Amino acid sequence: MHHSIVGAGAAAAILFAGLGSAEPFPSTYEPLPSQPTLITNATILTGDGARLDSADLYFADGKIQWIGSGSTAENAVTIDAQGRWVTPGLIDVHSHLGVYPSPDVSAHSDGNEATAPVTAEVWAEHSIWPQDPGFPRALAGGITSLQILPGSANLFGGRSVTLKNVSSVSYQGMKFPGAPYGMKMACGENPKRVYGNRNKAPSTRMGNVAEYRTAWINAQKYIDDWASYEASDKEDKKAPTRDLELDTLAGVLKGEIIVHMHCYRADEMMTILDIADEFGYRVGTFHHGVEAYKIADQLAERNVCGALWADWWGFKMEAYDGIQENIALVDRPENSCSIVHSDSDEGIQRLNQEAAKAMSRGQRAGLDIPPERAIRWLTENAAKSLGIEDQTGTLTVGKMADVVIWNQNPFSVYAKADQVFIDGATVYDRMDSSKQPKSDFELGQLLEVAQ
Amino acid sequence: MKNLFAAAALALPVLTLSGVVAHADSLLITNATLHTMGSKGVIESADILIDDGKITRIADQITTNNSMTVIDAEGRAVTPALFAGVTVSGISEVEAVSEAVDSRIRDIYTGIMHPEFDVRTAYTPHTSVIPITRVEGFGYTLLGVASGDRSIAGTGGLVRFDGGYDSFEGNAVIFIDIDGHSADYVGGSRAAHWMLLEQAFGEMRADDDDLELINATGQRAMKNTQRNGVFIFNANRASDMMQVVKFAKTHKIRAVILGGREAWMIADTLAAAEIPVIINALDNLPADFDSLGARLDNAALLEDAGVTIMFTSGETHNARKVRQVAGNAVSFGLDHSAALAALTTTPAMIFGGSSRVLDQGAQADLVIWSGDPLEVTSQADAVIIRGKADSMQSRQTLLLDRYLPANPEMPRAYIKP
Repeated sequence: MHHSIVGAGAAAAILFAGLGSAEPFPSTYEPLPSQPTLITNATILTGDGARLDSADLYFADGKIQWIGSGSTAENAVTIDAQGRWVTPGLIDVHSHLGVYPSPDVSAHSDGNEATAPVTAEVWAEHSIWPQDPGFPRALAGGITSLQILPGSANLFGGRSVTLKNVSSVSYQGMKFPGAPYGMKMACGENPKRVYGNRNKAPSTRMGNVAEYRTAWINAQKYIDDWASYEASDKEDKKAPTRDLELDTLAGVLKGEIIVHMHCYRADEMMTILDIADEFGYRVGTFHHGVEAYKIADQLAERNVCGALWADWWGFKMEAYDGIQENIALVDRPENSCSIVHSDSDEGIQRLNQEAAKAMSRGQRAGLDIPPERAIRWLTENAAKSLGIEDQTGTLTVGKMADVVIWNQNPFSVYAKADQVFIDGATVYDRMDSSKQPKSDFELGQLLEVAQ
Repeated sequence: MKNLFAAAALALPVLTLSGVVAHADSLLITNATLHTMGSKGVIESADILIDDGKITRIADQITTNNSMTVIDAEGRAVTPALFAGVTVSGISEVEAVSEAVDSRIRDIYTGIMHPEFDVRTAYTPHTSVIPITRVEGFGYTLLGVASGDRSIAGTGGLVRFDGGYDSFEGNAVIFIDIDGHSADYVGGSRAAHWMLLEQAFGEMRADDDDLELINATGQRAMKNTQRNGVFIFNANRASDMMQVVKFAKTHKIRAVILGGREAWMIADTLAAAEIPVIINALDNLPADFDSLGARLDNAALLEDAGVTIMFTSGETHNARKVRQVAGNAVSFGLDHSAALAALTTTPAMIFGGSSRVLDQGAQADLVIWSGDPLEVTSQADAVIIRGKADSMQSRQTLLLDRYLPANPEMPRAYIKP
């Protein structure tokens, strides 16, 4: 191993210097018009572990201004939230909205470039259909940010993208400003099944690992080639050929792109952590991690998040040992990063209910998990996983005013989001149909019924 | 309501037993908020005596004696053990392990209609999913036939989660897929599918020698089901369900709709035809062009129109989710007691078997809940099936017991709870 993280980072910093300066596909997101807003008398879960009763929250200019008390602008709107609860906007770190949209027809099936096991060159954003009705449905469930990932057919599935859950005709209009890219990778059954069935590599778990390592070796060489080119006088040297796949892999080694690793079994996650050590990169989050509870301490020690389901299990062999206490057990160690994710166009609409199930299972197992702790699974920890914790995920002064007002304690099957704010703008109001976005696709369907 | 579980935690994840166990056959539950699901409605502070698998007495106060196991419900809700929806429990251990899955037919037949494919013959109670579902308060399911590339997929029926090999209840249920996806296998058109179904049902009146679409064994299954059973039509589009209504009338069969995402659009017709609908109340997306009208108040609208409803989650391993499905239906307008009926007595009424009403003489399949049975933060504290208190253990509770202790000295393989 000749690349420490620092070494790789230094090399990669040089790497892209000569490749043109403009970032491709830049975000064109602009916050929607908003008014200064004062929410009073609410039960507030701040997202970082605190609960405030009968408290006030004020946001203006798209940012949280204060919690508790302070001054407000003259034109501030006041919302009396007596009996209601306020949380940060929810974040789903695992969604395929837009890339596997509704309607689920084959013409819309754009989530897996299942033609080769290593497709780090593809970017999920180029598959996103912004008219997926799943986006506004998720908004009604309080989702304000979400990560769209490629599927898990491939060992390296491609880049993910983090979006603000706003309506737009382009994904660029939804792209979370400044959010780092992620890269989807997959362990286990899916890649070896997809390619093994075609009598191609990988067809085994050891084949999976060999291909990961080969890809990282290629990425290291790519970084080295560029570094030696940049260090040379360049006059009689040809620049290395730019390669989209290796660009992304080099971005990981450089620490700029976060690894999101689909992995179910505990033993496989441990293998992946060793590969990360071998090549000097960091695994940001294990996704699905049905057996993450078996290695909760190791995940916390290594600062790796677990994005998990409340109760899915048994649909395949590597999901056989799922338990409903998984999220709570992964949450138990100090410095843990447990997350409730959906991977589902249904689950994303009620991520609060998924968290409620996981919370109550943890409580039943004797773990002390009040709502103010459990909400972190959908807010602060999710923001950390996506590298956007400095901008959103908690109700902290100066952060984006991504806020949900719930009609009651959100940890209930009867809870509903009354109002949802993104950067301070009201993007959803349960009582006001003019504040409920509708996708182009749903416009004019079933007209006979509507009449 | 005091939750004993918070204190008991995992050391004793079973029951709150207060009596001395001497004679296991007699079980007394005291101080229950009893949802009888029958004409007696909800009885507060009820004592329930259970002998030999049956409820023998319900009264304000029943005197205990030493031969009874006593469970103090402490005012908690008691309901019949719930219906887990349409599942393949006991015929699918791991969905992606084909040799452990028996819920669909393939390869051996070229025909597209096999009502004689009866999945109950492949059923095993020794499957991890049954205890895993049972400890969540579920007592029975409708064993279904997985929709695949068949028009008439096969026969299933109710099965009780009591561990028996032949714990079937009720009548035969034949599963037929009627949607855009299944039409792909049947001439590429729904019209072709109805054409073939007309022919197949017409053959019920033909001699065995003239059978083309369904063989003689299959025809016997069809006739039996026509006499006593139910035909389930898997359909979501309103116009497809209108065809089911007509078809059921023409062929004098009892039909049930499974799916029914657009059922609210033809609620009055379904009510008049007395065709029940099994829905997943979480379906609110235009998942395909058959489901453009999917909405969260489907259950409430159907109930208001007088349609009989039931719930399913569409899942087997996570069938326990159907409780959350029903809770969401209530959140979107369905009456709470109607939701509870849909989860308890309605399936028994439609598919036969024990009534599930908690009354004197009834089969003692019941659950003590930590709170509102439809709330996601509530849990089953005790499950009683055929009069026996369940151990409340499953592969999953045992895995939890193994991994809950912090820092064991020896590998966890030595923790065998």
